[in-house]
Amino acid sequence: MISVDAVTKQFGEFRALDDVSLDVHEGSLTALLGPSGSGKSTLLRVIAGLELPDDGRVVIDGEDATALPAQRRGIGFVFQHYAAFKHMTVRENVAFGLRIRKRPKAEVTAKVDELLGIVGLQGYQTRYPSQLSGGQRQRMALARALAIEPRVLLLDEPFGALDAKVRAELRAWLRRLHDEVHVTTVLVTHDQEEAMDVADRIVVLNEGRIEQTGTPRELYERPANGFVMSFLGPVARLGEALVRPHDLRVTAEPREGALEAMVQRIVHLGFEVRAELQLADGAPLSVQLTRDDALALELAHGDIVWVGHTVAPSEPETVAA
Amino acid sequence: MWLSVIVLIPLAALVARSTDGGLDTFWSAVSSRQAVSALKLSLWTSLVVAAVNAVAGTATAWVLVRDEFRGKAVINALIDLPFALPTIVVGIILLALVGPTSPVGIHAIATTWAILMALLFVTLPFVVRSVQPVVKELDREMEEAAASLGASSTTIFRRVVLPSLVPAILSGAAMSFARAVGEFGSVILVAGNIPFHTQLASVYIFGQVESDDPIGAAAVAVVLLALSLAVLLAIAVLARRGARHER
Amino acid sequence: MSVDRRTRVGLRTLVLGYLTVLLLVPVGLVFYRTFEHGVTPVWQAITTPAAAHAFWLTLEIALIAVPLNTIFGVITALALVRGRFRGKAFVDALISLPFALSPVVIGLALLLVYGRGGWVSLPFQVIFAVPGMVLATVFVSLPFVVREVVPVLQEIGDEQEQAAATLGATRWQVFWRITLPAIRWGIAYGVVLTTARAIGEFGAVSVVSGRIAGQTQTLTLLVEQRFQNFDLSGAYAASALLGVIAIATLLVMTLLKPRKDQT
Repeated sequence: MISVDAVTKQFGEFRALDDVSLDVHEGSLTALLGPSGSGKSTLLRVIAGLELPDDGRVVIDGEDATALPAQRRGIGFVFQHYAAFKHMTVRENVAFGLRIRKRPKAEVTAKVDELLGIVGLQGYQTRYPSQLSGGQRQRMALARALAIEPRVLLLDEPFGALDAKVRAELRAWLRRLHDEVHVTTVLVTHDQEEAMDVADRIVVLNEGRIEQTGTPRELYERPANGFVMSFLGPVARLGEALVRPHDLRVTAEPREGALEAMVQRIVHLGFEVRAELQLADGAPLSVQLTRDDALALELAHGDIVWVGHTVAPSEPETVAA
Repeated sequence: MWLSVIVLIPLAALVARSTDGGLDTFWSAVSSRQAVSALKLSLWTSLVVAAVNAVAGTATAWVLVRDEFRGKAVINALIDLPFALPTIVVGIILLALVGPTSPVGIHAIATTWAILMALLFVTLPFVVRSVQPVVKELDREMEEAAASLGASSTTIFRRVVLPSLVPAILSGAAMSFARAVGEFGSVILVAGNIPFHTQLASVYIFGQVESDDPIGAAAVAVVLLALSLAVLLAIAVLARRGARHER
Repeated sequence: MSVDRRTRVGLRTLVLGYLTVLLLVPVGLVFYRTFEHGVTPVWQAITTPAAAHAFWLTLEIALIAVPLNTIFGVITALALVRGRFRGKAFVDALISLPFALSPVVIGLALLLVYGRGGWVSLPFQVIFAVPGMVLATVFVSLPFVVREVVPVLQEIGDEQEQAAATLGATRWQVFWRITLPAIRWGIAYGVVLTTARAIGEFGAVSVVSGRIAGQTQTLTLLVEQRFQNFDLSGAYAASALLGVIAIATLLVMTLLKPRKDQT
C-alpha cells in the first residue's frame, strides 16, 4: 500500500533519514517506534508530503507520490498538539476537508454528524476547540482527518500531549476504531508499550535507520540487536550477553552457565521482589523474583547466589550485547 | 521590493547626496558651530530623558503590575497617550502649560526645561511598555526564595529582580533615546529655537531646508541617521543577549 | 516580593504623582483652555474652509497610507515568519527604521529623491504636493502592522496550516480560511496604530508639503500655522479635534489589546 524506497533526508548537517526503505501493508496498523531524533516523525512527514526527501521515492497505492504536495496525496494527518482550527467550531473543523472539496451541504452535515458519533463527540458540534479537553480535541482531529476518507491515516505521536489515563483510554479506542474502519494506519510513537499494545507491525528506528521490522512478539522475543532489545523491554547484562530480567533464575547452588553474585539489597515491591546483586567483576545486576521464589531462597544481604538464564544455555535466547 | 522603494531609496539618497558638494562641504556643514551646538543639545537632552525614563518607567511598570488600586486600568491605558497624540498637539499642550498664559505661573518657553518636558512626555511609554511584560513574567518564587534566605526587600530588588529587568530597561531606554534625539513636532513651538541655546538638531536641519540648503541639512541628517542606526543595532544585540539568559 | 504597606503606597504615590504632572495636567489644561469660552468659538474654528480642507486632506492621506501599509505589512509578516530567505535580520532592521528616525530626516530624504534636482523625476509633482505627503506618511507608519502581526504569527505556529494542507486546501485557501482569521486581531490593532500615526504625523509631512494653505495642509500642519499666525484659540481648537481623535484611538486600542493577546 505504501512503499518507501531508499529515502534520505537531511536538515543542514543533521541526517534525519538515511537510506530508509519500508513497506506498509494495506489495512494494517503500523507503528514507527524509536527515541527522539531517530527520524520517525520525519519519515511520517515524508510519507505525508509535509517534507520532501532529498533522495528516494514514496509510492502510495501504486502511484509515485514523491513529488505530489500533501494536498493531493489522499492522506489524513493527526498532529501531536491537535492543530485544531481555533476560530472554527467542532462542526466546521470536521467539515473543513469536505467544504474544500465543494461537497453539497446536506452531504457534509450528514458526514460530520456520523463521524462525531463514531468518535464520541455527538452534541459537541457548536463548541469551540478551546472548550474541549485534550482528549476530545484529539478525537475531533481524528474525525476531521477521517472525513475526507483518506486512503492512509498518519498519526504523529497523537497521544503524547495527554495525561497517562487519557492516553491509555484513547489507545484502546484507536485500536477498536481501526478494527472497525480498516484504514491503512501509520502511527509514530516513542512509547514501546503503546506500540506493542496497538500495532500489527512495528518498525524500530534509530539515528535515521531502520533497526528491525516485525510483529510485536517477533521484536520482543527475537530482537535483531542490543538496541532493539533494550528499547522494547527491560534488559539486564549478564557477562557478555543481554537478557530479560524475568528470564533470569537465581539459585543457591552453582549450576552450569550461571555466574556468581552477591546480594546487595532486597526490595519488596508487593507481589514481586527485586534483588540487586553484584557480579564478580563488580557489575550490578537486577533480578526479579516472585515472592514465593524469594522466600524459598531465603535471600539476605551478603548471600552468595548463582544467576543464570532460565533456559539451558544450549538454546540461547540471549543476544550479544 | 516595496520596502526598498519606500525606505531604502530615500535613505540612500540622503546619504549619497549629503556629499553632493564634496567631502569638504560635508565636513564644514557638520562641524559648523551652530550644527555642533544643535547636535550636542539633542544628544545630552536625549540622554537625560533616557536616564529619567529608565528609572521612572521601571517604577511605573512595577506599580502597574504588582500594585492594585482603583482606576489602575485607566492609568494603564493612558500610558499609551503620548503614542496616540500628534506631536504638534503635544507642543500646543506644553505651550499652554508653560507659556505666557500659564495657569501655574511658570514661564519656561525657550528654556531647556521646556525641551526636557516635551521629550519626557513623548518618550514616556517606551520604558514602561518594555518593562511591563517582563515584570509580569517574573518568577515570584525566586523572590520568595531570597526572602526565606533572609534578604531585605531592597536587596531582593537589587540582586534578584533588577538583573532580569535590565535588558528590557536598556532596550526601552534606547528606544526613548532614539525617539528623543529626532523629536521635532513637540519641541518646535516651545523650544523657542534660539540658535546655540535651545535649538535641537532636528530643528536645525529643518531650518537649513527652509533656507534652501538641503545638502548642508543632509550632512547633519546623516549624523542623526548614523546615531539612530547605532541605537537600533544596540537594541538588537541586547535582545539577542536577553533571549540567551531565558533558560 | 512582599513589600511593606508603607513602601508600596509611597511608591504608588510617587509614580501616580509623576504621571499626573507629566500626563494628566497638561492634557486636562488644553481641554480647559480650548473650551474656556464656550463651545461655539471652537466649533467655528474647526469648520472654517481651511480647517475643513485640512481635515479631508488628512483623511484622504490616511485612507491611502493605511490600506497600503496593511497589505504590505501582512505580506511582510508572513514572509518574515513563514518564509525561508537570507537577510531576514536586514529586513527586520529596515522595518524598525521609521521608529528610530527623526521625521525631519525622513522628510529631507524624500525631498532629495523626489524633489527638484533629485534622483527620481516623475511626470506628476511629488514634493510640495499630496503624493509626497502620502509617501512621507507611508514611511512613518510602515512598521506597525508588521510588528503587531509577527508575534501573533509566531505564537499560533504553522501546524494549523499544515493540517489544512493535508485536508486538501490550496495555498490561497489556507491563507484565506486559516491564517487570516487567526491573525485578524493583530491586524486590527496594527491598523489602529497605523491610522493614529498617519493622522498625527507632523515633521516629515511638514518638510515635504511646502505648507501651502488650502492645498497641502493637513490638520497637524494647520495647528502649527495657526500658532504662527498668533491664532492661539484656533490652534487650540484644531488641537482639541486631534486630541479627541487620539483619545478615541486610545479607547479602541485598549479594547482590542486583550483580544490580540488572547491567542
